[in-house]
Amino acid sequence: MNSYKPTIGLEIHVQLATKTKIFCNCSTEFGAEPNTNVCPICMGMPGTLPVLNEKVVEYGTKLGLALNMTINKTSTFYRKNYFYPDLPKGYQITQYTIPIASNGFLEVNTTNGKKKIHILRGHIEEDSGKSIHTGDITESQYSYIDFNRSGIPLMEIVTYPDIETAEQAYEFLVLLRKTVRYLGVSNGDMEKGALRCDVNISVSKGKELGTKVEIKNLNSFRSVRRALEFEIKRQVETLEKGGTIIQETRHLDERTGETKPMRVKEELNDYRYFPEPDLPPLVLTDKYIEKIRNTIPELPGNKEERFIKEFGINREYAHELASSEKIADYFENTVQVTGKPKETANYIMVIIMSYLNEKGKKIDQITFKAEHFKELFELIDNGTISKNIAKKVLDDSLRNGKSPKTIVREEGLVQITDTDAIESVINEIIEENPKPVSQFLNGKTQVIGFLVGQIMKKTKGRANPKIVSKKLIEKLNSMK
Amino acid sequence: MDLLNSSIKELTAHLKSGKVSVKEATEAALTRIEKTEPKIKAFIRLHKDEAIKRAEELDKKKEKRGALFGIPIAIKDNMNLKDTETTAGSKILQGYISPYNATVVEKLKNEGAVIIGKTNMDEFAMGSSTENSAFFNTHNPVNTEYVPGGSSGGSAAAVKSNEVIAALGSDTGGSIREPAAFCGVVGLKPTYGRVSRYGLIAFASSLDQIGPFAKNVEDSAIMLNVITGFDNHDETSVQKNKQDFTHLLGKEIKRKKIGIIKEVSNFDIQEEVEDSLQASIDVLKDMGAEVVEISLPHLKYALPTYYIVAPAEASANLSRFDGVRYGLVEEGKNLKETYEKTRTTGFGTEVKRRILIGTFTLSAGYYDAYYLKASRIRRLIEQDFEKAFEKIDALILPTTARTAFKLGEISNPLEMYMNDIFTIPVSLAGLPAISIPYGNDRKGLPIGMQIVGKWFKEDELLQIASALENGGKNEQL
Repeated sequence: MNSYKPTIGLEIHVQLATKTKIFCNCSTEFGAEPNTNVCPICMGMPGTLPVLNEKVVEYGTKLGLALNMTINKTSTFYRKNYFYPDLPKGYQITQYTIPIASNGFLEVNTTNGKKKIHILRGHIEEDSGKSIHTGDITESQYSYIDFNRSGIPLMEIVTYPDIETAEQAYEFLVLLRKTVRYLGVSNGDMEKGALRCDVNISVSKGKELGTKVEIKNLNSFRSVRRALEFEIKRQVETLEKGGTIIQETRHLDERTGETKPMRVKEELNDYRYFPEPDLPPLVLTDKYIEKIRNTIPELPGNKEERFIKEFGINREYAHELASSEKIADYFENTVQVTGKPKETANYIMVIIMSYLNEKGKKIDQITFKAEHFKELFELIDNGTISKNIAKKVLDDSLRNGKSPKTIVREEGLVQITDTDAIESVINEIIEENPKPVSQFLNGKTQVIGFLVGQIMKKTKGRANPKIVSKKLIEKLNSMK
Repeated sequence: MDLLNSSIKELTAHLKSGKVSVKEATEAALTRIEKTEPKIKAFIRLHKDEAIKRAEELDKKKEKRGALFGIPIAIKDNMNLKDTETTAGSKILQGYISPYNATVVEKLKNEGAVIIGKTNMDEFAMGSSTENSAFFNTHNPVNTEYVPGGSSGGSAAAVKSNEVIAALGSDTGGSIREPAAFCGVVGLKPTYGRVSRYGLIAFASSLDQIGPFAKNVEDSAIMLNVITGFDNHDETSVQKNKQDFTHLLGKEIKRKKIGIIKEVSNFDIQEEVEDSLQASIDVLKDMGAEVVEISLPHLKYALPTYYIVAPAEASANLSRFDGVRYGLVEEGKNLKETYEKTRTTGFGTEVKRRILIGTFTLSAGYYDAYYLKASRIRRLIEQDFEKAFEKIDALILPTTARTAFKLGEISNPLEMYMNDIFTIPVSLAGLPAISIPYGNDRKGLPIGMQIVGKWFKEDELLQIASALENGGKNEQL
């Protein structure tokens, strides 16, 4: 079975986050009442004409550049002809022969190392309206159409069939989503349809490619992964049993995790593409392209590498911290103030991220800022609190908004470094735990951890752990 | 005073001075229409009440301003006029009420025009006689047994019969110039991009252009002043400095170089039309113009090229008429059947023919041989003109090879297409051209001379047309 190699390509529709539609001034707001964000243009009324939204060009250029693509200085629009009730003009305006962007790549990290996935093209186009069927599409008596989505700008990203595993496909999508969010060109929400993915997959043993199957309507990254994992298995098993793969479109049954042939009868469509006479070619100058290039921030992949190199933090942390521009900025701003990248990364990852997850909050919604981090580290450095207590102080501060100093003062969390005080607690614990003490004296030294724990518990963690273990061992040894 | 026999300039002068009220002028037009319409049938729809209301509003205005103040105007029924039915001469659009105004409608209104109604046309502007209207035929006011030409036959007939002072039409391959020639009025097709197409129901988007019908060249220039200009609703409209297209009218044309096309003589031209061409050349020479023979080697390919490009675009442009959102719907058992029934019932024969041709030429496996090749030949034709215009200022040729024909006389589509052999090449190149009446044939039917100008040089085109118009009059005197 291992000798079969999957060949996977992705087609991803990215909804560009412009305020207005691609060819008219209607709002692109999500979730509006059906057919309220519409006008004669996006309804395909007779006599209307498209006018290209400049913001779409800007976002398309930006995304193309961020995906390491070449921006074509002249690109053209075409009409893709087909009849469907939610396609008001009877054709979709899209790019065909020369898209706005060609030939790029994204490099993803997988469990088997880095993988460069090449991108064939990125073209801008309009979305259709949305059909809402009463019941199953094949049996529906009638359907509703919501034209709010008609004319929403999309950029379709088509990869080369470079991808060999479900994981690579998944990681590609994750990185693409991070990238569009970094750029601010799309919100990347799959559940709102801002990112839609179709996959093409075949398996083969030799150099000759196998029969391609398309899987459509995948509504989450997880679904993409599941669908591919299932489909690879299905195709290999089918071939192993001497069966053949039928070229078809399938969909994922979310319940069972299996892919199934689409029930809708597929007709061979001839889209009769021809140049859109209502739109002149889109011509971009070098100056414009450079201007857009200069607005592109450092992208997640690069940032991750820099964090590792510059701050010496591990890949896992660097990857997570770089995954969102806001978190990355928070991290970097804090490091600038504290000068302690590793510790800062650690506190963000361990305490702040779990707090954000728990509350469903975003990093810019918290009151704990760089100066608070500085205060916290000073409290540790001057021995006022232990690192352990510092975690609690940070967590408390996130929840009640008080500064670390205030929390330490109000809750009496000042570390006990007074050896006399510590020694008296040690004596109490030794008295209360005769059994572990005798075990230690009999050579079972690992109980030391238990005894330290008891001391820390008694001092509510305030005792300086270094002094505690030093003094405890001294005391126990003196008892031998 | 016959109000309706006046030019725009004359009538606006009366209206602005208050000698005549707008209501009087409007009522005069409506009365005239009532009398002539049974014979001519130029209008699909009259907006009597709206026109009277509009006239009263204009009369109340303190400041009587606007280049078309109070002028009764008709527009072709493929231009959207808000809150009224717009059909483009098709059954499939019956019941469709425009939710917006075409840009040209806004422009007419801003200059004080009174829109009297919507004129008859070949369905979706596909035809040369207005006989393809889904509703009824329009008759040539010169002789009602004859067609008015098409597709803007209603607009040409309305102007010729003095039902209105001027009208708007649209021209894709000759749809303004040919009916202007057949009816004996002036018809102007501006440079492609000169007038916004926003609100014009598209036939072939890369060719369609709105233009005026008028009684004389000066009125055409005034109308062009009103409707022209870049529109941010139409990306194919062109930004140009504002200019007054009347500014060269009456200026002498001495040393202007007028081209005559060598290849025109290869076509079968009616004798009187040839005589008229010769006469007009003589008049231009008399006025000091220099006449130069030029060659357009690809001229003979213009007609087949057009009949690939235009139907291809039309096949897509007409896809939106699916019965889902507006207009006619014939429900079937399922979606496919609803589409089929709606479009089978809604479209006429010529429209179906062109949708089929266009769908075929764009199909996989045929695209390169037809659409792509036609696009390349179109470029060659354009280059022929470019080369010619290096040597000349304007071209002159007949608008049509023959004068108007009788209703029902031509039933063969190819024979019908031949009416546009001299207008189509100009359309393919996007050039501005005007048809002015120049003499009559033995039956008394008007002959039209076509003058073609350089791209965006309508001012010079109108100057030459005006000179010929005046020179012709002098000659006839």
